Amino acid sequence: MSDSAYTQLLDLACGAFLLAAVVVLWRRDLATAVRVFALQGLALAAVAALLGAHEHRWDLLAVAAGIGVLRAWALPALMRRALAAGGEARESQPLVNVTASLLTAAALTLLAYAVSRPLVALNPTPATRALPVGLAVALIGFFILVTRRRALSQVVGFLLLDNGITAVAFLAASGVPLIVELGVSFDVLLAVLVLRILTTRMRAVFGHTDIDDLRELHD
Amino acid sequence: MSGAGAAAVVAQVVGVIAGAPLLAGLMRQVRARMEGRAGAGVGQPWRDLRKLLRKEPITAAGTGPAFRLAPLLLVDTTAVVAALVPLASTDTPVSDRADLIVVVAVLALGTVVLALAGLDTGTAFGGMGASREMTVAALVEPTILLSVFALSIPSGSTNLAAIVSGAVDDPARLASPAGLLAAAALAVAVLAETGRLPVDNPSTHLELTMIHEAMTLEYSGPDLALVELGAQMRLTVLLGLLVSLFAPWGIATTASWGALALALVLLAVKVTVLGAVLAAAEVFWAKVRLFRVPELLAGSFLLALLAVAASFFLNGK
Repeated sequence: MSDSAYTQLLDLACGAFLLAAVVVLWRRDLATAVRVFALQGLALAAVAALLGAHEHRWDLLAVAAGIGVLRAWALPALMRRALAAGGEARESQPLVNVTASLLTAAALTLLAYAVSRPLVALNPTPATRALPVGLAVALIGFFILVTRRRALSQVVGFLLLDNGITAVAFLAASGVPLIVELGVSFDVLLAVLVLRILTTRMRAVFGHTDIDDLRELHD
Repeated sequence: MSGAGAAAVVAQVVGVIAGAPLLAGLMRQVRARMEGRAGAGVGQPWRDLRKLLRKEPITAAGTGPAFRLAPLLLVDTTAVVAALVPLASTDTPVSDRADLIVVVAVLALGTVVLALAGLDTGTAFGGMGASREMTVAALVEPTILLSVFALSIPSGSTNLAAIVSGAVDDPARLASPAGLLAAAALAVAVLAETGRLPVDNPSTHLELTMIHEAMTLEYSGPDLALVELGAQMRLTVLLGLLVSLFAPWGIATTASWGALALALVLLAVKVTVLGAVLAAAEVFWAKVRLFRVPELLAGSFLLALLAVAASFFLNGK
């Protein structure tokens, strides 16, 4: 693969990665959010595969395949089942309205670019130049996590945060060691499973999944 | 100054004025056919204009110069933009002045005079339409500026002619993430600026939903003809700007007669295709609620900002 094609494809994958986070923030429809999250998983896998192909590291290709299976298939399938089990299909009342969230996302993206400039200046390659994209996705994921009320949107926010962190790891250091990557992936899978059980329990108790109702402690 | 360059400017202005009603007629015809109606024919907007121009000019009681001048200024500003924007040729006598900021400011001037005219009538609908139009305009102008800035960073200039001729030389620039994001953002901004679905419905006079039509309710006769012509010209110019920026193939970069003739034909084809696609897409869209419009426009603003950020940071210059 030539250098310019590699740069173009990497930029395209990173652009799709960031765009997916923005679309998740934009749409209120939870089914769309899950679908877009799956596409983001594919973009992340593409970033890993491109880095692996460029640096001739075949273990990275295996990691990319694993990421593709976990983030573009397993996690979305789990969330889709939680969605199909009933409950709200829409994020009706976010704490910050969608217009303000989009403008906040713009500010967060600029913040990500501003804070990562010294990091990029250390070693400006096409991969490190895309570093702010991963950071911006992590920040947007965190923002979704704190401003959405439905349990499932919060799960999506948490997973966006994790996607962002993984992307930063890939872009900055061509990925963490395989064993750490495996550990993190299982951690995420477990967290989603636990949150799914929690969602089911919440729906059984309250009839919906508004996190704000979890204010009182029971023994 | 060359003969072909001056001819290009004249051809652009005349083409926009003559072609705008035809484009509007074509879009209505496409829509009618897709909805299973016969349609009134492509020439209907021209027939409407001729009918309106023959009528006696009447102004509403109590209106002042703002109301009377607005239709003229609307058509004038749009004609100026049609002359400035490199629709057919980038080598014209005015291409040095075709700065992005000037073009957006002249377009905004047309929006503002029409809003003032809406306020001048003193009716409830006029004021309501003006306030809504200004809300939309305040969100649309920054988006147009930002999305074209994303393209101006690789060219190193905000001159539209320089941006377009740079893109003709180096088409890979447009296929980058920045180019695609900017195209999406500018497309949404153009839809909002020209009052098309899903922001405004150009074919309704339902009081609660209208934006553009509410400002022009009091116009009749030749003034109404000018207002309608102005709106159609704005649509044509903005669609032309969109195709010039994102599909610049065939635009004349030198002042030769053959290239200019080819560019004019290609421009007509491209704008016609884009208009027909837009009309076909509109059949499937519903107008969004007025309170959801800022959401849509903030989204397109964010896309434009991401385009600028991607263009600036990923290039690494």
